[in-house]
Amino acid sequence: MNPFPNGWWPYLAGGLLVGAGTGLIFLVTGLRAGASSVFTTTWSWLSAHEYFQRPAFRTARVWRLVFSLGLIAGAAAYQVRVGEVFVTEVAPWRLLVGGLLVGFGTRLSRGCTSGHGICGLAAGSRPSLVAVLTFMGVAIVVAQLLRAAGVTP
Amino acid sequence: MLAGGCLFGYGLALSGMTRPEVVLDFLTFRDLGLMLVMAGAIALTATAFWLGPRLLARPPCGEFERPRAGLRASTVIGAALFGLGWGLAGICPGAMLASLGTGNGPILLGIAGTFLGAYLQGRFAPEE
Repeated sequence: MNPFPNGWWPYLAGGLLVGAGTGLIFLVTGLRAGASSVFTTTWSWLSAHEYFQRPAFRTARVWRLVFSLGLIAGAAAYQVRVGEVFVTEVAPWRLLVGGLLVGFGTRLSRGCTSGHGICGLAAGSRPSLVAVLTFMGVAIVVAQLLRAAGVTP
Repeated sequence: MLAGGCLFGYGLALSGMTRPEVVLDFLTFRDLGLMLVMAGAIALTATAFWLGPRLLARPPCGEFERPRAGLRASTVIGAALFGLGWGLAGICPGAMLASLGTGNGPILLGIAGTFLGAYLQGRFAPEE
C-alpha cells in the first residue's frame, strides 16, 4: 500500500513553510507560536472573569490575534492562487462537538498540534512528547472506530 | 508576527491540513502525509530554536522565551480530550483558523466550539 497516495511533496513543502513561519517568529520576537492560546487570550477582551484577566493572557492577546489573522490570510493567499474555494463535507455536529473538545482539551493541556507538536518537539520537551503521543493515539482510535461504525463524512 | 503567521497558514493550506478530510485520512492510515508536514515543520523550527540563542544575544524584538516545563496530570488529560475532538472532527486550532481562510464556511462551527471549549476550561478547570 502506498503511504502517500496523493504525493509527498506538497506535504513536505507545506511543513517546511510552517516551520519557516514559527522559526521566523522565534528569531525576530523570541516567542514560540502555538495556535491554541488565542482561543483563551481573546476572551480577556470579553470576560471580566479573573482567569481570563491574568497578565500573561492580557499581554499576549494582541500578538496571538495578529498571528491568527496571519494564519487566515496565508491560507487565503494559497486559495486565491489555486482559484477554488474549499468546503468540508464533515458533518456539522462533528465540527461543533469536536471543536468543543479541542478547545477544552488543548487549553487544559496547554498546547496543541503546533504548541506541543511542532514547538514542543522541536525544543525536545518531554511533556510535549507525552502530550503528542496521547492526543495522536486517542485521535487514531476515535477516527478508526468512527470509520468502522460507518460515520462518514 | 503577521508574516510568520502567513507563512504558517500558507503552508497549512498547501499541505492540505486545512481539510479535515485529509487529517482524518491520516488518522485512519489512508494517507500518512501529515507525518511529512510535522517532520518538515519540526526540522526548521528546531533549527531556529537551536541557532537563535547561539547567534543572537537577544532577538530584535523581545527576549528568547524559555519553554514552560513540567509534566502534569492536566497535560495528559487535556491531550486525551483534544485527541477525542481531533479524531471526531479532523480539526485542530491552527488548521481550523487557516481553513477559514480557504473559504471553508462550515469550519466556523468548529471555531465557535473551540472558543466555547476554551471558555469552559478557563471557568471550570483553570490551570496554574
